Amino acid sequence: MAEAGDRAGAVAGAGNGPGAGPGTAAGAGPGAATGRRSVAAVLLVLGLALAAALVAGLALGPVRIAPGRVFAVVLGGERGGPLATIVWEVRMPRVLLGAVVGAGLAVCGAVLQALVRNQLADPFLLGASSGASAGAVLVLVLGAGAGLAGLTLPAAAFGGALAALVAVYAMARRGGTMTGQRLILAGVAVQYVLSALTSLVLVLAAKADQLRSVMFWTLGGLGGARWSELALPAAALAVGTGLLLALARPLDLLLTGEEDARTLGLDTGRFRAAVFVLTSLVVGVLVAYSGAIGFVGLMAPHAARIVVGAGHRALLPVAALGGAVFLTVADLLARTVAAPEEIPVGVVTALVGGPFFLWMLRRTTRIEGVTT
Amino acid sequence: MIPEHARAAGTPRAAELRVSSLHFATDGRTLLHGVDLTAAPGETVAVVGPNGSGKTTLLRCVHGALRPTGGRVLLDGRDAGALSVKERARRVAVVPQDAGGVPGLAVHEVVAMGRSPYKRFWEPDGRDDAHRVAEALRTVGAAELAGRRFDELSGGERQRALVARALVQDPGLLALDEPTNHLDIRHQLAVLRLVRDLPATVLLVLHDLNLAASFCDRLYVLHEGRVVADGAPAEVLTEALLREVYGVRAHVSPHPTTGAPNVVYLP
Repeated sequence: MAEAGDRAGAVAGAGNGPGAGPGTAAGAGPGAATGRRSVAAVLLVLGLALAAALVAGLALGPVRIAPGRVFAVVLGGERGGPLATIVWEVRMPRVLLGAVVGAGLAVCGAVLQALVRNQLADPFLLGASSGASAGAVLVLVLGAGAGLAGLTLPAAAFGGALAALVAVYAMARRGGTMTGQRLILAGVAVQYVLSALTSLVLVLAAKADQLRSVMFWTLGGLGGARWSELALPAAALAVGTGLLLALARPLDLLLTGEEDARTLGLDTGRFRAAVFVLTSLVVGVLVAYSGAIGFVGLMAPHAARIVVGAGHRALLPVAALGGAVFLTVADLLARTVAAPEEIPVGVVTALVGGPFFLWMLRRTTRIEGVTT
Repeated sequence: MIPEHARAAGTPRAAELRVSSLHFATDGRTLLHGVDLTAAPGETVAVVGPNGSGKTTLLRCVHGALRPTGGRVLLDGRDAGALSVKERARRVAVVPQDAGGVPGLAVHEVVAMGRSPYKRFWEPDGRDDAHRVAEALRTVGAAELAGRRFDELSGGERQRALVARALVQDPGLLALDEPTNHLDIRHQLAVLRLVRDLPATVLLVLHDLNLAASFCDRLYVLHEGRVVADGAPAEVLTEALLREVYGVRAHVSPHPTTGAPNVVYLP
C-alpha cells in the first residue's frame, strides 16, 4: 500500500516537473498546463478502455459474436437477423445502463467523499443506495409505481436516498464534530436497516412475485435494462455530472475543511445541502433502474485521485469514465463467469470492492495518524 | 522578500476594525468577557496572552468562524455578522494556525483558492489569477513549491503557502493565528516583515512577545477572556504585567539597536 502512494507521488511529481522548476517565470502556469495535458491523456485512455469494454459487453454472452460483426451491427446499421437483435435489443441497453450507472455512482462517490471529508464515503456505504431501494420498493408495494408516467419510482428512490443521507449525516454530526468512525458506523447501520426493511417488505408483499427480487434491490442487477428505461438514468447522469463539474471550485474548497472553506467565501451549510439533494437525485434515479450496486462509488474516485489528484475539475470526469469501465466489466463477468447462471452484479463489485475497502481503511487510519 | 510585490498585487483599501463588548460563551463556559479592540486602517495589531486566554477565540469571532454571543464586530463601520460569507471573505483573509493537510492538491491549487471569493462557482481561474498565485508564492519565498503536493510539505512550507493564499485573497483585513509557529527564525522575520508592510490592516495572534514588540504598532494583552492592557508595545510590556499575567519574572528594557522593548525572562 505504500507503493501506491509513492507511485502517486511520482506521477504527480513527473507531471509537474518540467514546467514548475525553481525560478520559472510563472511557477503555477506551466505546472497547471502540464497537468491539463496529462488529464486529457488519461481521459483518452479511459475513453478507449470504455469503448473496448462496451464492445466486449456486446460480443460476449451465451452467443459469442465476433467484434467485427458487432461493429457491423452497431456502425454499419445491420438490422435484420438474430445477431442484430441480440446486439441491439438484448445487450446494448444493458451495457449502456451499466456504463451510465457506473459513471453516475463514481461521480456521486467522489462528491460525497468531498462533502463529508471522508475517503471511505460512497453512495452505498452512506446508505443512499439502500435508501433509494427502500423508497422504490415501498411505492411498488403500495402499487403507485406506474403513476405519473413512470416518474413515481425514481422520485420515491430519490426521496429514500435523500432521507438516508440526511439521517446519516445528522447522526454523524451529533455533538458538533464529525469523526470518520461515526460517519461510517452511522452509514453502515442505516444501510443495514434499510436493506432489511426492503427485504422484509418484499417478502411480506402479497404480490411479491410481480415485483423485482430482493436480490435486485439489495445487490443490484442490470438484467432488466430496456431501451425505454435508459433515457432517465442517462439524463440524470448528464445533468448531475454537468452541474457537479460546474461546482468543482466549491467542492475543492470543502477539502480544506469547514472553517477554511468559509473564510474562502463558501457558505458551506447551504452548499452542502444543495449538493446532498443533487447527489441523492442522481443516486435515486440510478438505483431505481439498477438496484443498489455497491463499491463502484468508493473505488472509482480513489483510483482516479491516485492518477490525477483531488482537484474536482479533473477528478470527476476521470472517475466517471473509470466507474463506467469498471461496472461494464463487472456486469460482463456477472453474466458470463457462471453462465447460464447470472451472479448479481453487486456480488462482483463487492468481491473486488470489499478487499479494496479494507485496504483503504488501513491506509486512511495511518494517514490520519500522521496528519493530526 | 520584497513587499512591493504585495502592493503590486493591488490590495484594496485597508479595513477599519472595531470590536466592541465582544462576548463569547460555549458549553456554559465564557471565553470572552466583553472585549474591546480597534485596528485603524493599515495598522498591525497583535493579540498576546497566556494559553487559554481567548486569543484564538477572539480572532475566530473577528473572521467569522465563530458567532459571538454578545457584542459586535464592525468592519469599516458595517456589522460583519450581516455580511454574506462571500462578502466577508473578500474583506478578511485568514491564515489558520493549524494547516491541516489538503490531500491530493498541488500547492498552486491551494493558493489559487484565495481567488474564490471573487469567482462565481463555475468560473475557472484565468491568466490573471495564475499570475497572482505565482507572484504571491514568490513574495513568501515559496516559488519553488508551486508544483509540489500540499500535503507533502513541511509545517513551515505549508504556513508560507497559506500566507500566499491569504495574499491572493486581496483582503482589507488579514487575520493570522500564530503565523510564526512552524517557521525557522529567518522565515519568522520575513513573514512578519511582509505582513507589517502590507497595506492591509493586520490582526495577529503571537506568542513571542519580542517579535510582537518589534513588528506591531499596538498590542492587546488578553488574560482570562479580558483585555488587561493595550497600547504601544513600550507602554504595554512591563515587568509588572508579565508577572501578573504570565506569572513570570522578566527584565524589560529598550533594545539598544531597535529601541523596541526587549523582554529577557529570568530563570
